[in-house]
Amino acid sequence: MKRVKAEILNAKKLGAYHSLTLVAPEVAERARPGQFISVAMPEDRVFLLRRHFSIHQASRRGGWAGTLEFIVDPRGSGTQWLAEVKAHQFLDVIGPLGKAFAYPNKLTNCLLIAEGHGAATIFFLAQELRARGKRVDMLVGGEDQEHVFKPIEGKRLSQTIAVATEDGSMGERGSIGDLLPSTVEATGAQVVYAAGRRSTLRRVAEFCTERQLPSQMAVEEQMACGMGQCFTCVVPVIRKDGSGYDNLRACTDGPVFNPARILWDRWMGEAPQLLPTPPEGFPVVRSWPG
Amino acid sequence: MAGVKQHMAVDLNGVVFPLPVLAASGCFGSARDPGLVDLHRLGGVVTRSLTLGPTKGAPTPRMAETPSGLLTWVGLQNPGVEAFLGEDLPRFQKAAVPVVVSIAGTSLEEYIRVTSRLQGRPGIVALEVYLGAPDEERGRGQPFSARLDRVSEVVGAVSRLSRFPVFAKLPALNPDLVEAARTCVRAGAHGLTLIDGVPGLAVDAGRLRPMLSAPVGALSGPAIKPVALAAVFQVAQALPDLPIMGVGGISSGEDAVEFLLAGAWAVQVGTAMLVNPAAPVEIAQGILAYLKDKGIASPADLRGRLRMRRQASREGVL
Repeated sequence: MKRVKAEILNAKKLGAYHSLTLVAPEVAERARPGQFISVAMPEDRVFLLRRHFSIHQASRRGGWAGTLEFIVDPRGSGTQWLAEVKAHQFLDVIGPLGKAFAYPNKLTNCLLIAEGHGAATIFFLAQELRARGKRVDMLVGGEDQEHVFKPIEGKRLSQTIAVATEDGSMGERGSIGDLLPSTVEATGAQVVYAAGRRSTLRRVAEFCTERQLPSQMAVEEQMACGMGQCFTCVVPVIRKDGSGYDNLRACTDGPVFNPARILWDRWMGEAPQLLPTPPEGFPVVRSWPG
Repeated sequence: MAGVKQHMAVDLNGVVFPLPVLAASGCFGSARDPGLVDLHRLGGVVTRSLTLGPTKGAPTPRMAETPSGLLTWVGLQNPGVEAFLGEDLPRFQKAAVPVVVSIAGTSLEEYIRVTSRLQGRPGIVALEVYLGAPDEERGRGQPFSARLDRVSEVVGAVSRLSRFPVFAKLPALNPDLVEAARTCVRAGAHGLTLIDGVPGLAVDAGRLRPMLSAPVGALSGPAIKPVALAAVFQVAQALPDLPIMGVGGISSGEDAVEFLLAGAWAVQVGTAMLVNPAAPVEIAQGILAYLKDKGIASPADLRGRLRMRRQASREGVL
């Protein structure tokens, strides 16, 4: 990870979101899909912590070489400030942070699921998978049309694309979870990747576990530092040998996890947290497909 | 002013740090992944609080951002004292950074057993006793620091056993902080760390629930700086020979100088490091610049130099 003062090259509105492109060659050349950056807030603000954004695009070659794009979903005070920054301002940026998505070696049909601003990281992944000769299909969704991120870009990046919005303003009315079984059937998906709300991810995770589909997900958790120091952003993850679980940091051990190893009911606060490990241990989850 | 050569090392009655700025407990993850923190340029590191075995900690959400502050409750997640000795301590030694080990437990016995596991380990310069851990033995889960008799028992047992100097970390909102400080000294503490995070609650009104799972967390960051300064000042006035490490909302050289003037012998930086990994280095540079500007030779010479606006009565100070 590097810390840089990065100039904003371009700031634009994309539906409900804002896209910021930075000149940050030291970060861009190392960035991989699933990783994120942290951006410092201006020093005179009452909110102190850095804000974290998954990397949407990192250009290593061509006219945009050395640039990095990330997407801001302006819902809180820090993101609203970032939605108003202008080109040529400088941001204090640290990145790339976290672990990236793994690519399958042999399997070819990848279904990529993106909800809301989760599409930022998923579209970057789609590009990299296509560059490796994989088939990419997509299932994208959001609250409404405004929250479906770059649908035309999604079409360009995928073999087929299915869209669901909660109010039916674009694609099917409903949630991504409703379209999941039919999309998996239609596309012959062998591997599933996802990013989105926790409840949606859980639904996808349960489906994939049932069908024994290998999958990877980029999760979000309340995060103070993003650099592995504060231990606030933990996710309960089963150990490889099933002998127990550990609270792993979403920032350094994630944000990409194998969802079959996440203890969803504990993470979502539905099970008593200090339940002991069951006597038979936890299920051993197959490692990522070779 | 010319002619005065500054030196930055501080001597806390025998505990020497090359710089007066340490990383505070819980804000430096582990020596295995230091992130962007430059270990070589710290005055010292106070470790994440260690328990006897690995501790999983509290469920999430563990943090909320509040105005000028950070509210957290991690619940002592740590790999345990053995894992620390095997994996972290050698890395700290390699970086030649003085290590203050923060210890915690949920019973008197746990504090004692953690202390005994640390004895004689090179690289450790002192222990810091974290007293905010839940007392499962006598306190029904209330922190040890809530009861002076328990503070006395824990600090006393650790101090008698430990060959390292012992610092007790106290919260500010103790009914009588000076009395708590005296209790620690009587129990054998070498010094104090002031202050522990301030209890705080953040509420999500929209969903009618607390922001943290705990639900009460520890508030840190600039919001608690005046509280910490007052605590350091009060104890330093009453016990001027007692080494005090000041901590709470320090994010600039100026903040650190304020603590030294109020009576701290050294400072610790926590929350600021989470935002700016170079904060301790910049703060040490800020202290040096201040010393140069005022023609003062060392951080120790700032201690207790606060000039009262008028002759404060003893009651007025305490």
